Amino acid sequence: MFGLDKKDTSLLIVVALLTLLAPFILNPFPSDSAMAQFNAGYPDLMQRFVIFGIFAVGFNILFGLTGYLSFGHAAFLGVGSYSAVWMFKLLSYNIIPAVVLAVIIAGLFSLLIGFISLRRSGIYFSILTLAFAQMSFALAYSVLSNPKFNLTNGETGLQVYADDPQWLHGANMPDVPHLFGLSMRSTYTLELGPWAFDFNTGYYICAIVMMVAFYLAIRIFRSPFGMMLRAVKSNQQRMNYTGLNTRPYTLAAFVISGMYAGLAGGLMAAMDPLAGAERMQWTASGEVVLMTILGGAGTLIGPVLGAGFIKYFENIFSKINDNVLHGWFAFLPDGLEDFVVTIIHPFVGKGWHLTLGLLFMMVVIFLPGGLVEGGQRLAAWVRSKRNKGQDDETTGKTEPAE
Amino acid sequence: MGILEVKGVNKRFGGLQALGDVNLSVAENTVHAIIGPNGAGKSTLLNCLVGKLIPDTGSVMFDGQSVLGRAPYEINQMGISRVFQTPEIFGDLTVMENMMIPCFAKRDGSFELNAMPSVGSQKDIIEKAESMLDDMNMADKRYMHAAALSRGDKRRLEIGMCLSQEPRLLLLDEPTAGMARADTNNTIDLLKQIKDERDITIAIIEHDMHVVFSLAERITVLAQGTPLVEDTPENIKGHPKVREAYLGESA
Repeated sequence: MFGLDKKDTSLLIVVALLTLLAPFILNPFPSDSAMAQFNAGYPDLMQRFVIFGIFAVGFNILFGLTGYLSFGHAAFLGVGSYSAVWMFKLLSYNIIPAVVLAVIIAGLFSLLIGFISLRRSGIYFSILTLAFAQMSFALAYSVLSNPKFNLTNGETGLQVYADDPQWLHGANMPDVPHLFGLSMRSTYTLELGPWAFDFNTGYYICAIVMMVAFYLAIRIFRSPFGMMLRAVKSNQQRMNYTGLNTRPYTLAAFVISGMYAGLAGGLMAAMDPLAGAERMQWTASGEVVLMTILGGAGTLIGPVLGAGFIKYFENIFSKINDNVLHGWFAFLPDGLEDFVVTIIHPFVGKGWHLTLGLLFMMVVIFLPGGLVEGGQRLAAWVRSKRNKGQDDETTGKTEPAE
Repeated sequence: MGILEVKGVNKRFGGLQALGDVNLSVAENTVHAIIGPNGAGKSTLLNCLVGKLIPDTGSVMFDGQSVLGRAPYEINQMGISRVFQTPEIFGDLTVMENMMIPCFAKRDGSFELNAMPSVGSQKDIIEKAESMLDDMNMADKRYMHAAALSRGDKRRLEIGMCLSQEPRLLLLDEPTAGMARADTNNTIDLLKQIKDERDITIAIIEHDMHVVFSLAERITVLAQGTPLVEDTPENIKGHPKVREAYLGESA
């Protein structure tokens, strides 16, 4: 279906179901229970899941296929956000021109940075991209925000003011980002007994965009172009001596992933019409690297999983404070309760990075292929359990010996 | 006029004269071997032919066109394919994918943004790659990762990849270095077969005299960066200058 083989089609369908049913899947606990803490099905967070999913899927086209590790992709995300907010300021709150411009500007910007950075490979390439991203951050934070020429509005962040032109703004259009009048913020809450499920317009728009982005990524992975990118990662020398010019291949991959980042940035601004320089900082660039590696670089679904995983931690674990912990362990005797809370305290709340760091270490050491490898091993283990006693010959692939 | 004409090539690395006034003419559809003791400049010469090094002076003409100043991929697109001393293949890709990439390079040139159709829909490429795998007797290994192949199979694959580009000149850099006897003989047979079945010129750099004398029609002996003699294998065998270069003056 859609020009994909059977396996990829089923993967796409699984992703589509997961994203469409996310409001249910992410809210498994009744809203008045103690476990409601762990519900992630609120619009803000769901939007972030899919937006960072797009970001990571695009990053994976560069890093997963060609092996070029960019530490500057947040710059394209930020550029996308700024472009989108400018469209809101100049035209109207309609998200279509905003997102389109975000993708175009991010594409042009990545063409420039990629053209220069790709003159080097390996660690030097990473450092060059990092340098460019930090320069972009400095530009956005201070240089391009002065009274004569204020493009980014400095540390306040770029936002829409009442006296902005908004030439195409219709009288009956909402004063928040919308798609032809359909507000991104409108949410329908379905109450089912103690459960509450939020269906948010913005989330579904992002989810549809992510599915299209994911579908395009599958096509790229399976195309001759995708194969060439994997060949670049495998052996550049052989590429050159096979009559293939590696530079335009890597540059194309860089620009495509930059456009994905711009798309994510544009959507981010479409959900909340504000763009700040911190979006371009190197920690943001590092985050997408973590997402991709955690999920499984070079796999299709890995980056989406990684993005969801990290965003879940950031938003859920960071909310567990001492009061919540005391609530959980209230059944223990007083002294013991305090002791347990003291032990857990550094790993939750503000210390969520610590837990994430430990998990990241474990994944990199024990599952170099990321969460996807974990899933594959689990599936293989289940299969071998099921087949125990039966014919052992047919299980597993025949691994050639070296 | 040979298909490859090297005239007055000099290459110096600091104080070392790696190549001194090298003249070489490789005639079309022959197997031409370049031999010489270690440090004679064989690999430097080869690197000058494929664009990895640029000679200080002199000219290298392939089929009437200069190759100097062109990038390796451009020279390859002109019709020169190179087999490396240690097989250079795409280790992370399957054998079939390895074979398809040069077919794409032949069909689409040095760059093509072919990002939407699937690889499986490129029937002409698949057909060509499959028939080349058959020719190389590797059809049964098509789904294996190339990195997992034996040394001999890697060499076979690399030669097959070069051939599927239909080059006019095939350069081989010590194709049997580090191989077991059986693998060496297989490679010789393969190269003989290629020479008989295809319109192709082969230039080969080799240490192993067994390989050289079973394949070559012309031999150039290189010593200290300069060609000593160029002749047929029969005449080279007993040539006093060659003995001297290989075994030292007292021999």
